[in-house]
Amino acid sequence: MTVREVYLDNSATTRPYPEVTRAVVEAMDENYGNPSSLHRKGVEAGRAVTRAREAVALSLGATPGDIIFTGGGSEAINLAVKGLAPGRRGRHVITTVVEHPAVLNACEQLKEQGVEVSLLPVNQTGVIDPEHLRAQLRDDTYLVSTMYVNNETGAVQPLADIAAVIADFRQSGGRLYWHVDAVQAYGKLPLRSKDLGVDLLSVSAHKVHGPKGVGALYAAPQTPLRPLVAGGGQEGGLRSGTENVPGIAGFGAAAAVIAREAGGAAAKIWSLKKQLVCGILAGAPGAVLNGPACRENDQCSAPHIANISFPGLPGEVLVHALEQHGIFVSTGSACSSRKKPGSHVLKAMGLGEHLLTGAVRFSLAPVNTAEEIDYAVAKTLAVVRELRLLYG
Amino acid sequence: MYNTYLIRYGEIGLKGKNRPQFERRLMDNMSRALSKVGRAKVSRVYGRLVVESEIEPALVLERLQKVFGIVGVSPALRLPLDEDAVCVGALQALKDAVPGLQLSPGSPITFKVEARRSNKTFPKTSPELNGMVGGYLLDHYPGLQVDVHNPAIRVSVEIREKNAFVYAGVVPGIGGLPVGSSGRALLLLSGGIDSPVAGWMSMKRGIQIEAVHFHSFPFTGEKSLEKVRDLCRLLADYTARIKLHVVHFTDIQKEIQMHCPEELRVTIMRRMMFRLSTSIARQREALALVTGECVGQVASQTLESMRTITLVTDMPVLRPLVGMDKEEIIQRAQQIGTFETSILPYEDCCTLFLPKHPATKPVPAEAERAEEFLAVDDLLAGALERTVIEDITARG
Repeated sequence: MTVREVYLDNSATTRPYPEVTRAVVEAMDENYGNPSSLHRKGVEAGRAVTRAREAVALSLGATPGDIIFTGGGSEAINLAVKGLAPGRRGRHVITTVVEHPAVLNACEQLKEQGVEVSLLPVNQTGVIDPEHLRAQLRDDTYLVSTMYVNNETGAVQPLADIAAVIADFRQSGGRLYWHVDAVQAYGKLPLRSKDLGVDLLSVSAHKVHGPKGVGALYAAPQTPLRPLVAGGGQEGGLRSGTENVPGIAGFGAAAAVIAREAGGAAAKIWSLKKQLVCGILAGAPGAVLNGPACRENDQCSAPHIANISFPGLPGEVLVHALEQHGIFVSTGSACSSRKKPGSHVLKAMGLGEHLLTGAVRFSLAPVNTAEEIDYAVAKTLAVVRELRLLYG
Repeated sequence: MYNTYLIRYGEIGLKGKNRPQFERRLMDNMSRALSKVGRAKVSRVYGRLVVESEIEPALVLERLQKVFGIVGVSPALRLPLDEDAVCVGALQALKDAVPGLQLSPGSPITFKVEARRSNKTFPKTSPELNGMVGGYLLDHYPGLQVDVHNPAIRVSVEIREKNAFVYAGVVPGIGGLPVGSSGRALLLLSGGIDSPVAGWMSMKRGIQIEAVHFHSFPFTGEKSLEKVRDLCRLLADYTARIKLHVVHFTDIQKEIQMHCPEELRVTIMRRMMFRLSTSIARQREALALVTGECVGQVASQTLESMRTITLVTDMPVLRPLVGMDKEEIIQRAQQIGTFETSILPYEDCCTLFLPKHPATKPVPAEAERAEEFLAVDDLLAGALERTVIEDITARG
């Protein structure tokens, strides 16, 4: 018996589009040259990288020259956070408590170099208050790093308000750079880096149906970056090492889909998310949606992530029980009975123990269908009913 | 280069009539351990086991150090039948055996040359060889001092048919008996720290292990099963391969959870595990069960619990950890390489549904009463029917 496969863990990674796979294979099979080589094979490989850079730039509303390819989202984030030169006065960084570990741990490393790091709190839906940011800004603040969409809850940070606070600060003579971790927003929310007013913005290919091991950092002109990887000077000297041509070509193919679909994908995922959340909350007594309410037009919530707690049931067991029906989801974060780390995001939102351990994340993609969501809702309700008998 | 290894095996030497059998087993195990890294010839020469191989010596030693039954290995230089070559070789072997050997006479290191000439066509007799080689070594290292009764270093010279052999050092082995020489037993492998160590300790006594793991998907995930497979692979390093029986335990867990009194759940669960293990052991012609239990460690490991649980089997239950403290068990787990894998944080079925106050002194009668609510035989049959056997081989 073959169990059907409904993949709802798209915030962990996504299934590559067929055109992505084709682009990767082509770059390995035929276009295998080194872009630095002088001969034709090199030139052709270089051209593939250039095309991909243009596609990624287009999808981000940026200029190709402002795109640096990296070895993934985490590396892009590290380059932004650790590669940014603090300048003469800079010794203070502000970020939020709900950031991805790539940001938080990069900031920990900054601390070792004597940089002071302030963490902005979030409210119970996981969103920061821009006024808190205003209060934390200091003369020596040189970097603000905020995420766009939270990877665990789908909470959307108020970028426009943050931009306004930063603009005020700059007007009064402050000098800082703003980095946005847009890994989870990419392909789901409008992302025009120039309109957003960000200086640095990180994205990853495999979250948008591209290959793993490749990402990009958008850096506005004149942003003082120093490389983390020294070598042959590829990527404008900011990311040395022979270009990952297959990965970059695949990324380009995925970016082309994003640019082509513009907002179309988001509307479709929104309706799937509503179907999923309403179905589960209506049918599973006690289930709670963590993070912002599921309302399409209030712009607080991303269209593809729904974090739902089933109090009293371990999230890990729910994940495995759904897996038996071919449905792939994830827990808020790994959690075992021996250690109870729980999710730092859900904790920061003030969730109690019961909600923390029972949290499950469903994350959607444009490739999911309404019929799949029906199936997932039905099976989730059945599994929860069955486990309730055992866990009381 | 060292390309000959004299194998020292203490305990096997004591086994009267069984000795050839033990030796054959040890030779097979050594050949298998070395076959992964290259060509090696294992043979019995002049009443000793000898390995000959052109593989990098460090690699050979590393592999042989995972073969139970070996007490020590002496890497030897194979030399032409030539007096100068023997002297130079002896000096080399001495230097390798005593790193940092002082040139000057400070605190002297005592040594002795032990020459044996089985090839009588060689011009020097054994006593003459002792004098010649000893003198040569003293000329190069005035810091040495001859002590024929209680030397710190013994430099051995053997003159054979075609070659001379020289060796000085002994690299310690892990001891024990060759795996397979003591029959087969079934190890209850949970994925924690203790059971892999218990498996290793029984293998050390020559037991061929098969493992049984109780899997409760979806209550435990694929990752926890993968962890158990990884532990089996680490243990297989000492024996080449291990059969892993993965028992479908979910339905039993559910039934216990729904029908048995909370404080007795662990007791009943362990009794079911022992019953299943007994059936598998019998089917596999294993002679005993092995567990990682250690008296007093947790509720199910009090003597009262052990008695109530063990009553369901008529097989001997070996508990090699019974005399060890947790700290010692952890140290041993680190030494054999299973610790890092064991502490990965995945649920296992022992921590699942763990009652807040498990019974520490369950008596057999209460356990039997609690089991009246279960269709024990049907549950056992169902679990056995869905048991999958996996063949886990050692790492490359």
